[in-house]
Amino acid sequence: MSVSTEQVRHIAKLARIAMSDEEIERLAPELNNILGWVEQLGEVDTDGVEPLTAVIDQKLRLRDDVVTEGNIRDDILANAPEAQHGFFAVPKVIE
Amino acid sequence: MTELTSKTIAELRDGFRSGEFTAREIAEEFNAAVAAAKTLNAYTVETPDDALAAAEAADSGKSTGPLAGIPLGIKDLFATKGVDTTAGSRILKGFKPPYESSVSANLRKAGAGMLGKLNMDEFAMGSSNETSAYGPVISPWRRKGSNVGLTPGGSSGGSAAAVAAGIAPGATGTDTGGSIRQPAAFAGISGIKPTYGRCSRWGIVSFASSLDQAGPMAKTVRDCAILLEAMCGFDPKDSTSLDLPVPQWESNLSSDLKGKRVGIPKEYRIDGVPGEINALWDQGIEWLKDAGATPVEISLPHTKYALPTYYIIAPAEASSNLARYDGVRYGLRVEGVKSLDDMYAATRAEGFGAEVKRRIMIGTYVLSAGFYDAYFTKAQKVRALIKQDFRKAFEQCDVILTPTAPSAAFGIGETTDPLAMYLNDVFAVPASLAGLPAMSVPGGLDGQGLPLGLHLIGNELDEQTVLNAGLAIEERAGFTARPEKWW
Repeated sequence: MSVSTEQVRHIAKLARIAMSDEEIERLAPELNNILGWVEQLGEVDTDGVEPLTAVIDQKLRLRDDVVTEGNIRDDILANAPEAQHGFFAVPKVIE
Repeated sequence: MTELTSKTIAELRDGFRSGEFTAREIAEEFNAAVAAAKTLNAYTVETPDDALAAAEAADSGKSTGPLAGIPLGIKDLFATKGVDTTAGSRILKGFKPPYESSVSANLRKAGAGMLGKLNMDEFAMGSSNETSAYGPVISPWRRKGSNVGLTPGGSSGGSAAAVAAGIAPGATGTDTGGSIRQPAAFAGISGIKPTYGRCSRWGIVSFASSLDQAGPMAKTVRDCAILLEAMCGFDPKDSTSLDLPVPQWESNLSSDLKGKRVGIPKEYRIDGVPGEINALWDQGIEWLKDAGATPVEISLPHTKYALPTYYIIAPAEASSNLARYDGVRYGLRVEGVKSLDDMYAATRAEGFGAEVKRRIMIGTYVLSAGFYDAYFTKAQKVRALIKQDFRKAFEQCDVILTPTAPSAAFGIGETTDPLAMYLNDVFAVPASLAGLPAMSVPGGLDGQGLPLGLHLIGNELDEQTVLNAGLAIEERAGFTARPEKWW
């Protein structure tokens, strides 16, 4: 399989990374190189093999549903590029 | 008196405890060495006051932990409360975490102070430190008769360079596919990645969550054991943290390998590896034999598929993890765009470097509708086979010996093809995919005067055998070379 510049443009949109036409032109052969190389996995017979989900066997734990910490709104907002009235602020989304 | 900056952590600890010198003297000497080594670009932030405060607590007897009096360098991937944590990326510019990572908190609890944050490849994606937004770290090592700037390896390149240059007695690293072991080899130091789940991932900026593991980097195997004991431990805040006691690795260190079988995987003899590296590998086998171990040939048949498997799984997980950098909650935001979607895209375009974008794109593609099974599910199946290879191998042996990297350190700017760069981790990645403990120890110098490392892979939870075999090599290699100071 090889990716076209159109597909690269689509992936960039899915990944939310703005890219110029030049960048997309440059990236397409690079991605094809890498994808062409990983496709050698097609040689491996994986019939009947379960995909690995946990590298070290362990059970996922559940914790009690209780509040462990909180009341740190201002600490959390301190790193926000823009905060207003105790909330994260973003560009207008509704016209 | 020898300079304190050339001492090991064990020597500093013991000298401090016996009153030979104070913690303040240690901190001041390291702070001065850090300030005088800016040319290496190893630190992104220097925190001399933090190191001094911890020293004060040690000297006054307020802190009595196992690392009292020891200042450390902390890789910039670890969240440090109130201190810039940027993962080497523009997108986290100015981020000051309101919390401390569990691993660095464990080190602080043990009494350690912090000398500063260490430079690294952006989001730990790289093998040369050249992808850092702060510019590359310059290795303190140089080729004989040359002053060409070399890479310290990556992604924990700042950590490796700092330990090699004597501007930190030890440092934290993280290893997703070799990021502790390859730079340790390049810099002539030791570094260990424990079994997946030993170190909490909480507060470490995520790259590929099923692979990321923290570990120490230091001058000696003993120092690695000391630091690893302090870093590990069960943490309910990490869902994959192992709920197991931390072994006493340091006091159980022994280079007597009688009865141990050392696996030599035939698939690791690959084309294009310099003769010197294979010769060092053979020498390593002899050293382990001398320590009482028996070498056995083993087979890890899926070795050749480990790198391509890694380059599906790691970018896939990265593309999900890095979705959080959206310009809303922390870090960079590009202003002057109309819609929210445009703000995301413009911020991520400006904030991420080329390698990170490349991996996000690969990851997004292999996870996208219609391709998921062909790439991601296939890779997870091959990963299961790689894990099974190791499971079978450890029925025949107790520890595996290989070279750490297929070359010595290369020059900055010398490797421009992404695929060629990925091949640096050809020996390191299989153990990462299998979640196994693995370590690099220095074996010797190549013809150009640059360090080469030997790589030990252990069975799940058996860090002790890895450390012991590392110690056996260390005692026999007699590696005492240090870079000549030019910075």
